[in-house]
Amino acid sequence: MKLHTINLNINDQVRTVTVRTGDTLLYTIREKLGLTGAKPGCLNGDCGACTINVDGWPMKSCLMMAVEGQGKQIKTIEGLGNTLIQQAFVEHFAFQCGYCTPGFIMNCHSLILKKPDADDSTIKEWLESNICRCTSYIEIETAVKSALEKNKHHSN
Amino acid sequence: MLSFDFDYYRPKTLQEAVGLFQNADRNGKKPMYISGATELLTLGRINLAFTEAAIDLKDIVEGNVMQFEQGYLVIGANLTLTKIEEANLFPLLTNTSSNIADHTARGKITLGGNICGQIFYREAVLPFLLADSQVVIVGPEGVTVKPLNEIFNEQLILKKGEFLIQVATDDRYIHAPFISIKRRQQWETGYPLITVAALKIDGEVRTAFSGLCPFPFRSKKMEAALNNHELSVKARIQSALAEVPSPILNDVEGSSEYRLFVLQNLLEDVLGAFD
Amino acid sequence: MNMEVIGKSVIRKEAQEKVTGRALYTHDYHSTRKLSGRVVLSPYAHARITSIDTSNARKVTGVRAILTGENIALTGESMRDRPPLATDKVRYHGEAVVLVVADTPAQGDLAASLINIQYELLPVVHTPTQAFQNNAPLVHERLGEYKKEKDVYPVPGTNIAHHVKIRKGNVEKGLAESSVTVEAEYSFSPSDHAAMETRSSIAEIRPDGTIKIMTSSQAPFMVKQLIASYFNEDLGKIVVDTPLVGGAYGGKAAVQLELLAYLGSKAVGGLPVEIFNEREQDIIMSPCHIGLDAKVKIGADPNGIIKAMKIQFLWDGGAYSDKLIDLTRAGAVDCTGPYKVENVWCDSYGMYTNHTYATPFRGFSHSELSFAIERTVDLLAKKLQIDPLELRYRNAIKPGHTTPTRVLLNQSNVGNLQECIEKLRKLIRWEEGQVKEINERLVRVKGISCSWKTSTIDPNAPSGVILTFNRDGSINLMSGVVEIGTGTKTVLAQILAEKMKMNVEKIHVRMKVDTQTTPEHWKTVASRGIYMAGRALLEAADDVIAQLKNIASIVLRAPTEDLEVANSRVFIKDNPRIGVDFKEICYGYQYPNGNSIGGQIIGRGNFILRHLTYLDPETGEGNPGPEWTVAAYGVEVEFDRRDLTYRLIRAASVIDIGIVLNEKAALGQVMGAMSMGLSFAGRETFYYDELGQVLNPQLRTYRPLRYGENPEYLVDFVYTPDLQAAYGARGVGEHGLLGMPGALGNALSLAANVSLHHLPLTPELIWKTKAGKV
Repeated sequence: MKLHTINLNINDQVRTVTVRTGDTLLYTIREKLGLTGAKPGCLNGDCGACTINVDGWPMKSCLMMAVEGQGKQIKTIEGLGNTLIQQAFVEHFAFQCGYCTPGFIMNCHSLILKKPDADDSTIKEWLESNICRCTSYIEIETAVKSALEKNKHHSN
Repeated sequence: MLSFDFDYYRPKTLQEAVGLFQNADRNGKKPMYISGATELLTLGRINLAFTEAAIDLKDIVEGNVMQFEQGYLVIGANLTLTKIEEANLFPLLTNTSSNIADHTARGKITLGGNICGQIFYREAVLPFLLADSQVVIVGPEGVTVKPLNEIFNEQLILKKGEFLIQVATDDRYIHAPFISIKRRQQWETGYPLITVAALKIDGEVRTAFSGLCPFPFRSKKMEAALNNHELSVKARIQSALAEVPSPILNDVEGSSEYRLFVLQNLLEDVLGAFD
Repeated sequence: MNMEVIGKSVIRKEAQEKVTGRALYTHDYHSTRKLSGRVVLSPYAHARITSIDTSNARKVTGVRAILTGENIALTGESMRDRPPLATDKVRYHGEAVVLVVADTPAQGDLAASLINIQYELLPVVHTPTQAFQNNAPLVHERLGEYKKEKDVYPVPGTNIAHHVKIRKGNVEKGLAESSVTVEAEYSFSPSDHAAMETRSSIAEIRPDGTIKIMTSSQAPFMVKQLIASYFNEDLGKIVVDTPLVGGAYGGKAAVQLELLAYLGSKAVGGLPVEIFNEREQDIIMSPCHIGLDAKVKIGADPNGIIKAMKIQFLWDGGAYSDKLIDLTRAGAVDCTGPYKVENVWCDSYGMYTNHTYATPFRGFSHSELSFAIERTVDLLAKKLQIDPLELRYRNAIKPGHTTPTRVLLNQSNVGNLQECIEKLRKLIRWEEGQVKEINERLVRVKGISCSWKTSTIDPNAPSGVILTFNRDGSINLMSGVVEIGTGTKTVLAQILAEKMKMNVEKIHVRMKVDTQTTPEHWKTVASRGIYMAGRALLEAADDVIAQLKNIASIVLRAPTEDLEVANSRVFIKDNPRIGVDFKEICYGYQYPNGNSIGGQIIGRGNFILRHLTYLDPETGEGNPGPEWTVAAYGVEVEFDRRDLTYRLIRAASVIDIGIVLNEKAALGQVMGAMSMGLSFAGRETFYYDELGQVLNPQLRTYRPLRYGENPEYLVDFVYTPDLQAAYGARGVGEHGLLGMPGALGNALSLAANVSLHHLPLTPELIWKTKAGKV
């Protein structure tokens, strides 16, 4: 087996972990680091349920090898602390079963960070990366727009 | 997660990358260059890709440039599609590439990976085919610069050990009027039924397609037909349709007959856009 | 009724867990000893297995056991026709053939790739229509030998797994008396649930023989029952845990992976073994959404009053009958759609094909049959030149009418469809016209449909609730309903809070189900969670109230009749200042000198449906379910007449809900179901090749609706209480979906000026239909 011992900067902590080269970052954070917030939905980059943030950008953690994660700032949903977007998801019933929720929230979190003035087409471009099978997406749209709005007030 | 094991290398220089490839090849490890690694991960997990030595090019500086040099826009092959779109130096490329996969995935998929990938749509190549771009290839014989249209035939024809590191595009094409349309089986997500990219230069319309055939292409014969101003628009389109290379794709996204129907309307839109 | 908690958008009890990533689903539970079970799937749809060579696989490091199908009992919920691992032959692409148990998934996969199975191809049964032909290849040669329940009617020597007959009135006479008839055929292939959480199960057998299973399931109690029955295990030794479930939509009502995990664990001395479906396996191996070939004939008088309906359903049940039996019956009992029809002849056949076997999909045969019926109703309207909305209004089912199985409807067991239609008319601005020209190419077109649904569940299906107290007077609520995303547990807390007149924050719901300590709820299916558990809960609340009053009457020296319960207190009705807090009596009351009376208060309640019957095998007569929820729908599209493409503009549902228990949750259920229905109607299907292989087993090729592809949603309700249900609430979890395929099909048929008879409604289908190529 090709094992590598690597340091991963996750949620502002350095975690040392031994991985196979074929291990995805998703597999590593879930099975080796116990961070099960990122969900396996397709393992194929199609559904977005495993979305985390890497250097502030959304990343499908099934599309990244753990060994590629070295030197990156990785944030998972466990690293968020009661953010506007989490509150907005609760308030606007933007989830039902909750399985796609961490991925959606991490994508939205990154959107708010990188595109605080996002318009409808930018929101759509970003959020069509994730599948929600329970809601109608309207609830998610309402939540992300309200969080963007509140974020503007906070920043001003 | 991949069930097979492989060596993983992160060379810093072009020479180092080529050397690692040659060494792994000598040891029978079926080496593979990667930059975004998305195909290795997605095709590898269903046994459609395999390697025992992955050479990750993403740290090589030449592959991460994006700048104008002497009238050319030079784009590194290791850049992610998102980075290229954010910079938006080549609007036709932005337009075409921003319909590939989805936004998050484009943060991992690289230009080189898309152009050289196994998945045959390779839509990011279309703008460069239209713009007669030059490609910078690195391999055991060193660095070579070649016209893309000379070495792209259904796919980029690379010799063993070679990889794409940069694409250079004449400024003239960057500012030419263009249109890019992606038509899918249904609504706004999924692989292309047909993607067409077109630009107009020196009074002539150029077109390149993905999804129409099991490879992306630019057809001089179709362009000649479309630019035959002696014919009506309808007649031009009909004669272009007769020049579509074969085979026309017939798969879950759509039948070949239906693709021709869609193509006909797309060509109408393309010609209409430049009127 | 003035409600304090009912109807409010109370935040889900598990909301914080879910937005912080701390919510745990089956595959999130980790133990270092957990082994991985990997399954080798059949690449062919119909083939004889001539040999299986596992010798190379056994050499892989970490491999603990390799299982093949011999000597394993046949399984199947209504008829035992399915080997958990294929023996002799495979009957669908994706069927489980070999199970490898290894230390890690990677080792298991490596071993699985080294297993060499030889197949000999057999002719493939591609559609239920082909399956129905006399000379069709047989999917099951020994159909007559399978063990089955008594109300299952397979036809040995054919591919008919089950046949339900509806014979009401005299259909030939009704058709003869009709001045106009319309007749049409419809078909669509199976598709998928595509819950974001793929199915997974973990099983272990403890040294004392306890079989512990954790599973992502809508039916943990059924898992327990079936494992006991299939494998002769002691029912009481089986404990099934179900944590939060990441979407189900009927797909997790079937029992499959649990059996493989159990068999895997048994093969490795009882160590925990997990079967985790990767997406491709979830799509092709685990049961799917049923397909249908239907023929519908409607006869009517010149005013459009329907006189007769003759219907044939050939359900594409796939390779095994598991839930097909129930789906075939459910389709039959509501076969006419929500219309008054005196003369009905329906043959509903559950057909075997070489497809992945079918299991419930949100709506349980109703969105499927509705597409066929509602398209035909529009054809009737067109032929008669009657407004399609008006035609539906005239024929709408009402109290005093009878259903196809001759249930007499009354004010309580059926909602008010005419009122739904009236509200829909306003909601979608029907008076502005069905067609609006935008320009030379674009046109906006509305289509409508109606639906009804009862829940054909087992006549003796139970639901139970237990309430216990904490010493601070707060209450723990335990119900066997699984939290699959519908918010049922929160709504139960609201019902209890309303009944006890207490703060909903003081009610703690147990999210997980554990079949040993949670009272049984049959299955979390059929929009019956609130209906059944709600009634059980009210009984448990009454039980608690009686106990609280008993002890309070001693403490307060007042008769129980004079006492009232509210705000976590028992007090004298006419003098509320005299009272006692729950916390002082819920664990017994202690006098100042230490003497104590009473004791821990435990409430219990249960519910079982009343007066349900089996159907008469010759006529279908019988009472299949408790009530019929009715609804009316509209879909508006913007259609491009050159490209034959379209956008979804608006979708509307008006549902007779009885009462809204949690406003945002109810809207979420309805809109989410509509979204799923549009996705099914517009894009989702399996594509097969000539060998019967599924060509699109990934989410990049099997594509549910995405953000931004959705229309605007309009939802309204009608409030006709169901007198048997808690606060009058009717089932609502599925109904938003039921009318979407029909309404979309009707809109597009009008827009494209062509009659569409297949799903999904893609631009290519429209193009092909216009070109006469389907």
